[in-house]
Amino acid sequence: MNNSMTNLEKIRKSLSRRNRAEGLFRWAGRVAIFLGLMAVVVLFVDIIGKGHGAFRIAYIELDIDYDPEKIGIENLSDPQQLAGADWQALPKAALNKQFPGITSRGDKRSLYGLISNGAGYDLKDRLMANPLLLGDQERVWILTDDDIDTYYKSWLAGEPYAARLSDKQVEWIAELHEHGKIRLQFNANFFTRGDSREPEQAGIRGALVGSLFTLALTLIFSFPVGVAAAIYLEEFAPKNGWTDFIEVNINNLAAVPSIIFGLLGLAIFINFFHVPRSVPIVGGLVLTLMTLPTIIISSRAAIKSVPPSIREAALGMGASKYQMVLHHVLPLAMPGMLTGAIIGMAQALGESAPLLMIGMVAFIVDIPGGFSDPATVLPVQIFLWADSPERAFIEKTSAAIMVLLSFLIVMNASAVWLRKRLERRW
Amino acid sequence: MNVKRETTAKPAVMDTLEISEHQATVGHCFSDNAKMTMRNVNVFYGEKQAIFDVNVDIAKNEVIAMIGPSGCGKSTFLRSLNRMNDTVEGCRVEGDVRMDGEDLYAPKLDVVELRARVGMVFQKPNPFPKTIYDNVAYGPKIHGLADTRVDLDEIVENSLRKASLWEEVKERLHQSGTGLSGGQQQRLCIARAIAVSPEVILMDEPCSALDPIATAKIEELIEELSENFTIAIVTHSMQQAARVSHRTAYFHLGRLIEVNPTEQVFTMPEHDLTEAYITGRFG
Ligand SMILES: Nc1ncnc2c1ncn2[C@@H]1O[C@H](COP(=O)(O)OP(=O)(O)OP(=O)(O)O)[C@@H](O)[C@H]1O
Ligand SMILES: [Mg+2]
Repeated sequence: MNNSMTNLEKIRKSLSRRNRAEGLFRWAGRVAIFLGLMAVVVLFVDIIGKGHGAFRIAYIELDIDYDPEKIGIENLSDPQQLAGADWQALPKAALNKQFPGITSRGDKRSLYGLISNGAGYDLKDRLMANPLLLGDQERVWILTDDDIDTYYKSWLAGEPYAARLSDKQVEWIAELHEHGKIRLQFNANFFTRGDSREPEQAGIRGALVGSLFTLALTLIFSFPVGVAAAIYLEEFAPKNGWTDFIEVNINNLAAVPSIIFGLLGLAIFINFFHVPRSVPIVGGLVLTLMTLPTIIISSRAAIKSVPPSIREAALGMGASKYQMVLHHVLPLAMPGMLTGAIIGMAQALGESAPLLMIGMVAFIVDIPGGFSDPATVLPVQIFLWADSPERAFIEKTSAAIMVLLSFLIVMNASAVWLRKRLERRW
Repeated sequence: MNVKRETTAKPAVMDTLEISEHQATVGHCFSDNAKMTMRNVNVFYGEKQAIFDVNVDIAKNEVIAMIGPSGCGKSTFLRSLNRMNDTVEGCRVEGDVRMDGEDLYAPKLDVVELRARVGMVFQKPNPFPKTIYDNVAYGPKIHGLADTRVDLDEIVENSLRKASLWEEVKERLHQSGTGLSGGQQQRLCIARAIAVSPEVILMDEPCSALDPIATAKIEELIEELSENFTIAIVTHSMQQAARVSHRTAYFHLGRLIEVNPTEQVFTMPEHDLTEAYITGRFG
């Protein structure tokens, strides 16, 4: 060889360059992952920091006297009396007893403003559950008004926010605190109630159930249809201009902004088929339109990845095409299809724009009991709360986001579990 | 008319050996005791013709070996016998293929039934990703051959025994078939094929992925199976063809050049192309 450098020297020289490039590449990867993780951590810290307060709420301990005269009721089984009863009078009387000598109207309003205006109904529930209490007395923890709750929490944290409280109220709370008669309790209402204009009474249950119904319908509609379409396109459809055209359009559909699907749903399901507004059925249908392309595309990929040798084996044994698909292709493709379905469902769960178009943004207090009851869904509830002026809704919004994220995590985890199970079958 | 060919790119031997389009296959193509008959069969992949005018009989209970250079159409030929070519996009078969006198390409013929009667073993072992038991039981199940679980168990055991796999797997029938060794997998595929008691078994290079010991086992098996089945086997190993087959067919560029008793093909082939191939002058 005439060259001054031997081949070995050349290789060594290039080797160090290659190693350097590889090291750089690895570092770039680590930095990317670190940035991604940081974004997640910041998001979680922020949301949990803001939202954890919503899981506890302030209660005041009062001596309640279930005086039939004060409520204006004698017979608890008489619906007419029940309807006319003044339940709020119970906690009001107890407050008067707790803070005697308050006479001016303004002070009285301040005093009664300590407690939630739903407190009377909570007491009614207690009484109905235990009718023997009528005429008796009881010491009960009563839900406070949201302004009181917000103030008490901020006061405990050392940064009192008293803008919406009167001086008297601030004094009373300090007094109650001194006697251990105000405290934070687990906010069960948040998980058992529907939405409310009063933040202290507002719960996530309605939206959660609405989301469950809507997603269940989306899955029921879109999975079988998506899988069937994918199977037909992959296994049975002739390969010609038409199927190419369909394929291109399915891909296009996947890229259509979701709000367009909302408009489509409004035009077709509500205006044409007269499905009622705001109900999970129409929400499920709209989200089905949206998730179908995702499911079809991922199902086709899953079907394509089934080795041809398995198909040949099945056909060679005399299986019909349908049997080949049902016995061999489908089980092998199922984990991939499920992954696609879960990705689609996760998108659908977080989707609010198309649902706004079909009226699922309505203010709904009742927890939906079926697919045709008016409902809202988690992301829309988050949107509604984020849009509310009351300060107490800030932490509720973050808490609702936490619920939504937990829902997502549960969904993804169950998908992973399901996939593992299916894969282990062979 | 002669096939046009560029002489420069071919090995020297090709200059002297010409294939005429209308030249008939030499040797003993036909049989009085035919199980399958092919007359004037042409196979096309789209515009491209892969098989030219093949005429041949496959006799009952014989083992016929197909040899020839790569790409000469052996697999295509084999797959036209159970219509596996139907599954290939753009593949077209012309001519007359019959089994026991029945036209296999008649419109009213059901390929499902045909493939139950003509089983196939592929080049690469392709057990289903299911248990060993389910692999063998699959055919009988879909064709409804077993009335009871006991019948099915019996079919599975018999098929595995015939494929000389029973002793090795009887303890783990309910474990995955893909967990077996390559040779065992191929015998499992043979067991699966014979579980439906086909009349003909097609084998496309069944030993090409196996080591010599596993190959020897399968060759032994083919000999035993030939007592009950008619077997058509494609092989790249001339020794294998010599060991297992009664007749050997030599394919060249889509044409069936020669069919003769195996001994004759390997000792004194009739056609120059056959001789050139078996003496290793090209391939
Ligand atoms: N699916 C297909 N589409 C188009 N052409 C094909 C297809 N399958 C095979 N061919 C062509 O048909 C001819 C015969 O192929 P075939 O597979 O039958 O050859 P072979 O003899 O089995 O070869 P090998 O020994 O390598 O398996 C080849 O030229 C091949 O390129
Ligand atoms: Mg081949």
